[in-house]
Amino acid sequence: MATEEAAESVNMTGYIQHHLHHLQWSIGDGVFMKINIDTLFFTLVTGLLFLFLFLRVSRKATAGVPGKLQCAIEMVVLFVDQMVKETFHGKSKIIAPLSITIFCLVFMMNFMDMIPVDFLPWLWKTGYVATGHDAEHAFLRVVPTADFNTTLGMALTVFLLIQYVGIKHKGLGGFFGEWFTAPFGKYAFPANLLLRIIEECVRPVSLSLRLFGNMYAGELIFILIAVMTLGAGLAHFSTYLLGAGQFIAGFAWTAFHILIITLQAFIFMTLTIVYLSMAAEHH
Amino acid sequence: MIPNITLVIQGFAFFAVVLLVMKFGWPHIIAAIEERQNKIAEGLSQAEKARKELADADARVADEIRKARAEAAQIVDKAHQQATQIVDKARQDAIVEATKQKAIAAADIEAQAHKAREELRGKVAALAVAGAEKILKREIDANAHKSLIDQLVTEI
Repeated sequence: MATEEAAESVNMTGYIQHHLHHLQWSIGDGVFMKINIDTLFFTLVTGLLFLFLFLRVSRKATAGVPGKLQCAIEMVVLFVDQMVKETFHGKSKIIAPLSITIFCLVFMMNFMDMIPVDFLPWLWKTGYVATGHDAEHAFLRVVPTADFNTTLGMALTVFLLIQYVGIKHKGLGGFFGEWFTAPFGKYAFPANLLLRIIEECVRPVSLSLRLFGNMYAGELIFILIAVMTLGAGLAHFSTYLLGAGQFIAGFAWTAFHILIITLQAFIFMTLTIVYLSMAAEHH
Repeated sequence: MIPNITLVIQGFAFFAVVLLVMKFGWPHIIAAIEERQNKIAEGLSQAEKARKELADADARVADEIRKARAEAAQIVDKAHQQATQIVDKARQDAIVEATKQKAIAAADIEAQAHKAREELRGKVAALAVAGAEKILKREIDANAHKSLIDQLVTEI
């Protein structure tokens, strides 16, 4: 009995660990020189889907009566455009496209969480085994934003754009002068510089960790819900109870998660706009 | 959780998507939206203008109708007056004519009566003469005389 329980717990731990392992390809020595192929693949899929829809619609965009797809995309475009206009008062060509890309792309990548948590990994495992590979190494994580690399990569791009917008709006002298003079005046320049460095470092970290944390936790909860009936036999009565519980929990969490994925995409976009407008405005 | 080189690739990929959207997507769709907004604004202002013009036209039409109605009322009035005049004139003519006819008739009657009287007078004279002749023939007979006179009286 004890060994059975132990085996089950190992099984459970193994299942969770397997789920949280990326499909990686080492291109060099060390931990850093690894590529998460699954993250890149699903980013590519969602990114291409977004680009295909958005560019196709905007290329064919008519000022006359719009089609249904154009209407849908225009709704998002107008929503983002209004957000940008309300917050950002400078002149920039990149901020609106950046915002809509963040919103749509992050939402679509988050939305991968809505696909049943075992479905794509199971397909992948089946194909992996069928081509004569080891099932133990058939790793696959389908939510790109539950990978810290994705969120940190995006946040660093945003970070660089913040610096770019700042220099563009204030000039090199004004931009770097501000590092020393704001907010406490030029005589407190060490404090100013320290504060500035902290502020600049905190932004990409908080931006990326917020999205990553939410998505990682969401994925983990889906995995835990899936664990409820892991290895359960039809002969046991508890299977049916747990199955019902699993259905209810899965439904509730999916419904709630729809809110989270939208909200997180919105927050990432809003904070980006706010940071950029702060960079463009004089202190 | 430990970041690896994927984050560099993801950062560049994200930036590439942003650039593509900025170059080929956003300007087209926002231009289309703004053009449509302009069109709608234009259409609305034109509709407003048309509505104003319609109101003007309505006012003009109402004015015309009022004028026409007043004119018609005037014409009807005039016609009534004329009709009254005509009727009055006809009545007066009729009265004049009637008076004339009455006078003629009266004169005629007078003439007839006169003629009849003359005739009667002649007849009476003739009777008187005839009576006198008869009286003269039978002078003595008083009774006969009397009866003669009675006869004469009844004859008159």
